[in-house]
Formats: sequence, C-alpha cells, structure tokens
Amino acid sequence: MAFERPDLIPVLPEIFVVTMACVVLLVDVYQRQSNRMLTYLLSQATLVGGLILTLSLHTSAPEYTFGDTFVKDTMSDVLKGFIYLSAFVVFLYSRRYLQERGQLTGEFFVLGLFAVLGMMVMVSAHSLLLVYLGLELLSLCLYAMVALNRDSKTSAEAAMKYFVLGALASGMLLYGMSLFYGVTGSLDSRAISTAVTMGVGNEIVLKLGLVFIVIGLAFKLGSVPFHMWVPDVYHGSPTNITLFIGTVPKIAAFGMTIRLLVDTAAAMHVDWQQMLIILAMLSIAVGNVVAIAQTNIKRMLAYSTISHMGFLLLGVLSGSADGYSSAMFYTLVYAIMGLGGFGMILLLSRAGFEAENLEDFKGLNERSPWMAFMMLLLMFSMAGVPPTVGFFAKLSVLQAAVRADLIWLAVFAVVFSVVGAFYYLRVVKLMYFDKPVDVQPIVCGMDMRVALSINGTAVLLLGMFPGTLMALCHTAFN
Amino acid sequence: MLALSDFLILGAILFCISIAGIFLNRKNVIILLMAIELMLLSVNMNFIAFSHYLGDTGGQVFVFFILTVAAAEAAIGLAILVVLFRNRGTINVSDLDTLKG
Repeated sequence: MAFERPDLIPVLPEIFVVTMACVVLLVDVYQRQSNRMLTYLLSQATLVGGLILTLSLHTSAPEYTFGDTFVKDTMSDVLKGFIYLSAFVVFLYSRRYLQERGQLTGEFFVLGLFAVLGMMVMVSAHSLLLVYLGLELLSLCLYAMVALNRDSKTSAEAAMKYFVLGALASGMLLYGMSLFYGVTGSLDSRAISTAVTMGVGNEIVLKLGLVFIVIGLAFKLGSVPFHMWVPDVYHGSPTNITLFIGTVPKIAAFGMTIRLLVDTAAAMHVDWQQMLIILAMLSIAVGNVVAIAQTNIKRMLAYSTISHMGFLLLGVLSGSADGYSSAMFYTLVYAIMGLGGFGMILLLSRAGFEAENLEDFKGLNERSPWMAFMMLLLMFSMAGVPPTVGFFAKLSVLQAAVRADLIWLAVFAVVFSVVGAFYYLRVVKLMYFDKPVDVQPIVCGMDMRVALSINGTAVLLLGMFPGTLMALCHTAFN
Repeated sequence: MLALSDFLILGAILFCISIAGIFLNRKNVIILLMAIELMLLSVNMNFIAFSHYLGDTGGQVFVFFILTVAAAEAAIGLAILVVLFRNRGTINVSDLDTLKG
C-alpha cells in the first residue's frame, strides 16, 4: 500500500491548537510571575486563533482527509466554534478564582487546551478509531483537571470516581465498537453505514454492539441510569473545573452522539430510538425530581444538567434532520446557560469561601441588583420561561418529538419541566425575597463582570432573536 | 483449529469478569484499576480475533492505539490514587463516601 500524503488544510485548526498547547507548556515553565499573565494570554490567543482558522477554512461541502478518517463539515465547524468560545469564557471566569487560592498554574491552561483538542477530534471523527482517540484525549485531561487541587479531600475522591466510571464507559464503548468492526469489517463510518444499510452480517451481534455503544454514550452524556458520577464530580471538583466539565464537553458529547448514531448507524434508527426514549424519560424525570432535594447549588445544577441531557436526547431520538438540528440548538444553548450559572458561583466565591450552598444566594438583589438580574435570566432560561432562549430550545426539541409521532413523550417532558421549574424559581425567590446571610461586597475584575453580563444578556437576546443560531444549526444538517 | 466464536466467548468472559470486578469489589482501589485494564484487554482480544478472521489490518492498528491509551490511562489512574492516599491515608473503596446527596 503506497503512502499518500494527507491533505493537511482541513486539520489546520487542530495542528494550530496542538502546537500552541505545547508552546504554552514550554512558556509556562520559564515564567517567574505568579499571576501567569503570559500563559493566560497565550491560551486565550490560541482559542481566538483557532476560531479564526476554523471560520476562514469553512466550506459548505464536507472535506475528508487522512484516508477518510477525519471529516470537516458544517456541523463540526459550528461545534468547534462554540467549543473555542466556551473554553475562552471558562478560562476568563477561572483566572480570578484560581489566583485567589494560589492555584493559578500553567497546568490548568495546558490541560484545558489539550481537552479542547480532544473535543475537536471527537466532533470531526469519521472513523471509530478517531472517536475513541478524541474521547480519551478529552477524558484523560478531565480526570487530571478534577484532581488538580491536590490538597482537597473531596476533589481526590471525585477524580477517582470520575476516572473509574469514565474508564468503564470507554470500555463499554470500545466493546460495542469491536462488535461493529467484526460484523461490518471496517472502522470507517461510511463503510459501516453502507454495510448496515445493506444488511450484511449478523443482525443480532450488530444490535448487541449498538447497546454497548449507547451505554457508553449515555455514561459520557450523564443520562440516567448512567448518571451516578455527575453529581459527585460536579460537587467534588473545584468550581472552575465544574464550570469546564459542565459545559464544554457536552458540546463534544453531542457531536460524538451524532457521529456514532447518525453517521455510522443511521440504518438502525428504530433500535436506538427505543433505547434513547428510555434514557431520555428517566433523565428528565430523575434529574428534575432529585434536584428539588438538593441544598448544594453545584449538585442542584448537576441534576439540572442530567435533565437537560434528557431533552437533548429527545431531539436526537426523533431521527430527522430537524430533530438533530434542534438537539444541536439545545446543546449550544445549554452550554451558554451552564457557563453563566457556574460563572455566577465563581463570582460569589472569594478567597477562603465557596458560595456552594443555595443559602449563599440569599438576598443577592440587595448586594448587587445587576448580577441578581443576570442570575434571574439564567434561571428563567434553564427553566424554559419565555422570552429567554431556554424556552425556544425546549420548544424546538418538543416540536421534533411531536413530528416523530411521540406526543406522549413530549407531554411527559413538559410535565416534568414544570416540576423542574420549582427549583430554578426557588433560587430567584432566595435572591429577591430573602435577607442576605453573607454581607461581604462582591469583588471581581472588570473582565469577569463584563463577560458575565454579556453571558446573561445573551440568554435574553438569543431568546428574542433565536433565528440566527437556529439557522446555523439547520445548515449543519441540510 | 480454533473457531472465531471461541475467541469471542473468551473475550466476553473476560469482559464480564472485569465488570463484576468493578461492581463487586469493595476493598481496594488498585483492584478497580486492574479490572479496567482487563476490560480493555478483553476488547483487544475481540479486535484481534475479528481482524485475523476478516483478513483486515484495521483491527490490529486499533489494538495498538488501545494499548497506548491504556498505558496513559493507568498512569493517570495511579497518579490520582497517590493523591487520594496522601489526602486520606486509605484506598478502601468503601471509604470513598464523603460526596453524597
């Protein structure tokens, strides 16, 4: 077999990010200042550069390279764009938090950049091998990031739980992949897809493989009954890591779901639809009900994430281009809301104090009316109250479910999102109608204040003008 | 001559043992790490068997990648284990119970 030189143009953003991550690693070693300004700026420049490269290389027709294992299409470009943006916001929010605790080290930024690279590979994978490699690059970085605060008992425990369950999920996914490979004789998404459509090989083995792949995906998305790690990891990690884990990897997990279920196993739609219905129903029910009982806001947001993942699956399982684009819209909106929600916890925390409990939000309106209003918008959006964007996200996935003749499922989801509105509105009640327990003034840099304000108003503005983002998601699947 | 199914059954048995190891073990975190390794190796067994019987090298290439990733994963797992032990002085699985709710 002759070796062909692969076309490197479509992978330029990845090459850029990996090079810059190594540069950041090197530069950080020689840095003397404790504020790591250069490391921080270089990391942010990497993300901005990646965004510019991805935008400028965008073509509407999909491009394949590296022997068809890598694909660059509209979906991957849009998802990558949002991955850069969310990681940018995460770095920005984290800087003050880390600095106050003396944990501002280069490792956080380097691991973050490599995680971004892993996610870029995941959303562009066109072969089972590449899905696995991207996923592992992301997961290994995340395990290390959770344990980054070496002296914390809770983060060590959270890291261990995350590691064991994450590795279990990868093992499940791999087992499913091995069965797919065995039946279809290929690792390439397109070849597998054709083989499955033509009905080559043993159908039972293929279905068994699909079960394992769906279990692996459910673990990574954190949907019930494979959600055990989500609350513990969110609770135990340092808050800035929770912010990272809770937002950016969800975008990549959506990309991976589409690559595996739609690009590879579209012909088995009937089979995976049934599995996803069970996962979605359980996630929406358990997530919304258990969140009510939480007093720790990080745990509460963890259960809220679980229910949001249920809604995301609602869009995917409807199995139409409309459904996929609504699920994509939901994922991107969720990432924006999650960034704001966890960012608010970072804002209220200060050296020696973690604003982790719901009580810490009491009377926020008296301490800072503007930030309380931003939190109000974010909570309304998570609950799905119009005119915030969360409403349109929920509406579009429900529409997709109704169009797929799953009206009962849509009704079920609406009932439980009403149940879920309780705990979001409780936060609003605490902020506006209770006396503050914590009376210290909120101190934070201008950059964070501006970013959080943009984040909060984005939820409102996107809600009033959802057309652009919605159209972007539609072009990804048409 | 061994049939393909023999290898697949062996792979499935190893996979089940490793899952059981993860869920039944309440004593030692190191056993969890061993179970995870075993799981990846059982997948490797599947890939190699398929690769041989299909006459396709793709599966063997995949196995090399899995082996490499497994090594990196073991390194991270052991590093987390060291952090855990330094903080708590124990690596009992049943002691990992401070995060609840």
